[in-house]
Amino acid sequence: MRHLLGIDDLSREEIEAILDRAESFAEVGRRDIKKVPTLRGRTVVSLFYESSTRTSSSFELAAKRLSADLVSIKSAGSSADKGESLKDTVATLTAYDPAAIVIRHPYAGAAQLVAEWGEAAVVNAGDGKHEHPSQALLDLFTLRRRLDSLEGRRIWIVGDVLHSRVARSNLVAFQAMGAEVTVCGPPALIPRGIEAMGCEVTHSLERLGEADVVYALRMQRERMNESFVPSIREYAAHFQIDSRRLGPRQLLMHPGPVNRGVELSGEAVDSPQSLIAEQVASGLVVRMAILYELLASGGEHPGPAAGDSEQRPTPIGQPA
Amino acid sequence: MRSGEGADVVLRGATVLDPAAGIEGVHDVVIRDGRIAGLEAPGAAEVGGLEEIEACGLHAFPAFFDPHVHLRTPGHEHKEDIETGARSAAAGGFCGILAMANTDPSVSTPADVEALREAAREAACVPVGFLATVSRGMEGEELTEMGAIRDAGAIGFSDDGLPIRSARLLRRALQYQRLCGGTIALHEEDPDLSGDGVMHEGPVSAALGLAGIPSVSESTMIARDAALAGYEEGQIHVQHLSATESVEVVRAAKAAGVRISCEASPHHLCLTDEELRSLDPRRFKMNPPLRAEADRQALIEGLRDGTIECIATDHAPHAAEEKEVPFEQAAMGVTGLETAFAALHTDLVLTGVIELGLLVERLAGGAAPFDLPRPTLAPGSEANVALCDLSAEWTVGEEGYESRSQNSWCAGRKLTGRVLITVAGGQVAYRLRSFSLGVAA
Repeated sequence: MRHLLGIDDLSREEIEAILDRAESFAEVGRRDIKKVPTLRGRTVVSLFYESSTRTSSSFELAAKRLSADLVSIKSAGSSADKGESLKDTVATLTAYDPAAIVIRHPYAGAAQLVAEWGEAAVVNAGDGKHEHPSQALLDLFTLRRRLDSLEGRRIWIVGDVLHSRVARSNLVAFQAMGAEVTVCGPPALIPRGIEAMGCEVTHSLERLGEADVVYALRMQRERMNESFVPSIREYAAHFQIDSRRLGPRQLLMHPGPVNRGVELSGEAVDSPQSLIAEQVASGLVVRMAILYELLASGGEHPGPAAGDSEQRPTPIGQPA
Repeated sequence: MRSGEGADVVLRGATVLDPAAGIEGVHDVVIRDGRIAGLEAPGAAEVGGLEEIEACGLHAFPAFFDPHVHLRTPGHEHKEDIETGARSAAAGGFCGILAMANTDPSVSTPADVEALREAAREAACVPVGFLATVSRGMEGEELTEMGAIRDAGAIGFSDDGLPIRSARLLRRALQYQRLCGGTIALHEEDPDLSGDGVMHEGPVSAALGLAGIPSVSESTMIARDAALAGYEEGQIHVQHLSATESVEVVRAAKAAGVRISCEASPHHLCLTDEELRSLDPRRFKMNPPLRAEADRQALIEGLRDGTIECIATDHAPHAAEEKEVPFEQAAMGVTGLETAFAALHTDLVLTGVIELGLLVERLAGGAAPFDLPRPTLAPGSEANVALCDLSAEWTVGEEGYESRSQNSWCAGRKLTGRVLITVAGGQVAYRLRSFSLGVAA
C-alpha cells in the first residue's frame, strides 16, 4: 500500500491486514507505556484545511505513539490563509522530507493530487464529499469486534447521504466485507444514481427492523436553508433514530459529532446498542495501523524503517 | 486575418472529399492566387508558378469552421490571445473561427468589436469573427446596442459562459434582432438547477460525491428559448448540446419550424462522465459537463440525422495553475482546436460509428448558422482547404501546442489522422513542421 486515498483502492485482504494490525496496537494500548519506536526519526505532516476534532487529534496522537516527528498545520493561520495554492504548500512541506502527509481538504481529489505531487505516502483524512477511508476502517474495526464477520449482515446508512463522504466510504467498505447495504433518507439528500454502487435505496424507515446495524449520518442545519428538507422537525419526524425505532438487537453507529434530537434521539445515543464511544476509541488504533502499514510494513515503500518490517510493535524501554 | 499572399499551390493526386458540394474523387487540387482554380485529373494540372505538393494518399477536405472558441482577449492573454488561438485553429484544419465575448471586459460595445477586428487583422493567421454580448457586461439586465454593434462588424451575439436568465431580456433581443440581424448563440443552462454542480448528475457524481448538474438544467432552458424564438420568429443557435433531452427538444423545435441550429463538441461526442473517476479537471472539467453514454449516443444520432448541424470545439484555454487544483476548484473548459478532427476521426470514424463524409460536413457546418459562406472545394471559390493524412499517428501534446494553454482533453492520447496543411481565407495558414513538401516546382 503506497497511499490511502480511498476505500475503493483497497482489497479485502488489505483491509483485513489493517484491522489485524489495529488489533495488535489495541493490545499495546493496554500497556503502561503506549509508545512504540517504529517511526522514530521520520516525519508525519498533518495538514487540515477543514476543522476537525476526532480525525486530526487521533491521527496526531497515532503518529506520536509511533514515535514520529509531527508537523501539524491547520489552514487558519497558515499560508493557505494567505492565498498559497495547495501545490505550493505541498512543495514547501516537501522540503521537510515527510514520510507521510495526512490531509483533510474541503474538495474532492485533494489527497490524490498531493500524492501525485510528492514522494510522501498520503493519507486521505477526508476530501470534500468524496471519501473518508480512515473513518470507514475504524467503523469496520468497531463492528468486527462486535460481530466477528459482516458477511450477509444488513447495514442501513440513514440520513444526508448526498453531502457525506463517510456514507460513500462506508458504503464501499461494508460491501467489501460482505454486508448488504441500504441507504435511507429524504429523496433530495440521496444522490441520484447511487444504487449503481450496489446498495438498495429507500426513503422510509418502515423496514428499519431488518437492519443488523443502523449507521446514522450527521444532519447539518444549513441544509434546511437550501430546501433539501423543509424543517428539522419534519426531518426528525421521518428519519430520527430513536428508542422507538431502534430494536434491542440492533447496533447503532454515528461518525460524530452527533446532533442530539435531530438524527438521533438522546436516548438512542446513550443506549447500550450505541457503539459511538467505541468508534472514537477505535480511531486511534486504526490510524496507528494505517500509518504503520504505509510506512513500516516494508514492501512497496522502502524507507529508513524497512528493516522493521516483520517486527511486532514493541513498547519503548523494552528490548526490541 | 493578416493580409498576405494568396496561396499558389497544387495538391497532386489528393483524395478530395466535400460531400456538401458533391465532390469526391482523386484530383490535382489547383489553388491559384488564393482560389480553387480547378480540380483536375491526377497528374494533369499545369504546375507553372505553383508550389507542387505530393498529396497522393492524403485527403483534401474543405477546411473546418468553428463557431465557438474562446480567444481570451482582452483580459486573459495569459491563457490565449488572438495570434495563438488562430494558430491553434489553423493547426486543427480550421479556416474560420468565431470568438466568444466573455472576455474581461466583455465585448459589449461597437468600439470593443472594432478593436478586436483590428487586432485580428494584425495577428490572426485565419479569419476570426467576433460575437458581442447580448446583455451589457453579461449582467443579464440591459441589451447591448445591438444595431451599432452589428454595424461595427460583429457576426452575432452571445452571453456564452452564462445563460440568459431573464426570458424577458431574450425576448427583447429577439425582437431587436429583426432590425439588425445577427444570430443569437445561447449557452443553455438553468442556474437554479445547476446550482454549485461541477459534473453530470448521475451514478458517477453519486460515487464521487461531486455536486451534479442535471441534464434538465440544459433542456428546460432550450425549450424555453425555442418557444421564445418561435414566438418572435427569431434565429437562435444552441451552443454545446450535451444531453439526450436537449437533442429531443431541438429536434421537436426544428420540426415545428423554429429557426434554431445547434452544435456539439468533440469531447461530448467522444467521452462520458466515466472519465471523471480520474478526478482530473485539466482534461475533464467543462460546462456543460461530460454526460452519460446514452447522452453521447443521442448526440451522435443528432449528428447523423442533421438535428445537430455542426461541430464546435468550445476551445477554452486555461493556465496550468487554474487546473492544478482539486476538481471542484478548477476552471471549467478544455482546449480542442488542434485535436478536433483527429479525435473524432479516431473515435468515431475509424470505429465505424460515422462516415468520414459526415464528419467533414459537420466540421464545416458551423458557418451556415451565422449566415456565413460554408467552406467548399468547389472550383471558383476562395481556397479553404485542410490537407490531412488519415493514417498518421501522433501523441497529443508530445510536441507542445500552438495554443498558449495545455488543458487539452486529448492530452497524452494517441490519435490517428493529422492535419498537414491548412489553407484559410486563401492563404497558407499552417504547415506541419515535419511534413515534407515533396518536389518543389
